[in-house]
Amino acid sequence: MPKVNLSHFEAALLFAFFTSIVFGVVTKRTDKERLNYGLYVFGCFMLALFGLGWLMYFGHG
Amino acid sequence: MAKEKRPKEPMPPFNVWVPPVLVGWLIPGGGHFLLKRRVRGGLLFFAVIGMFLFGLMMRGAMFHGQSGDLLTIIINWGGFLGDLATGLPYFLATWLGYSQPDVAGHVHDYGTKFLVTAGLLNVLAMVDVFEIAAGRKD
Repeated sequence: MPKVNLSHFEAALLFAFFTSIVFGVVTKRTDKERLNYGLYVFGCFMLALFGLGWLMYFGHG
Repeated sequence: MAKEKRPKEPMPPFNVWVPPVLVGWLIPGGGHFLLKRRVRGGLLFFAVIGMFLFGLMMRGAMFHGQSGDLLTIIINWGGFLGDLATGLPYFLATWLGYSQPDVAGHVHDYGTKFLVTAGLLNVLAMVDVFEIAAGRKD
């Protein structure tokens, strides 16, 4: 099994990608709703990722 | 505001939901395939297996049940159950000798979380399979 060495950002991006797919597939009832919800969850992950990233940056002074 | 109480839905017979849920546990997305939801099954397979493989490639650690203080018990047994929920990929990885010690480093740490999350996502997929098999969802 090859070893991968990802940055924080890349790992969080992958995590958001896979999780959004599952959330989209299992939570809604029509394909359009599933796609929209998957994109929405991915957007929320990105918002939290950048938001918390900047918060920690400013928190460190 | 009073919440409207929904009538409790009867439990479907075991033979209707146990086989697809069991297959869904062992092979992520397999339950959906069994119920002829191939696209959704394929997406779930891709997401759960992808998450699991990246966890392995990042050399994440598998949890083992451990005794000690309450927090240690909850974290280790909870993590073990999360790992176990991935089904066959977990058994294959352990049978083939995957045994990564818990070492410091953000990549290993992400890997451990990826492995547990793959199992937790499979639990969501299994709940979805149950609802489809029980006729509560299309």
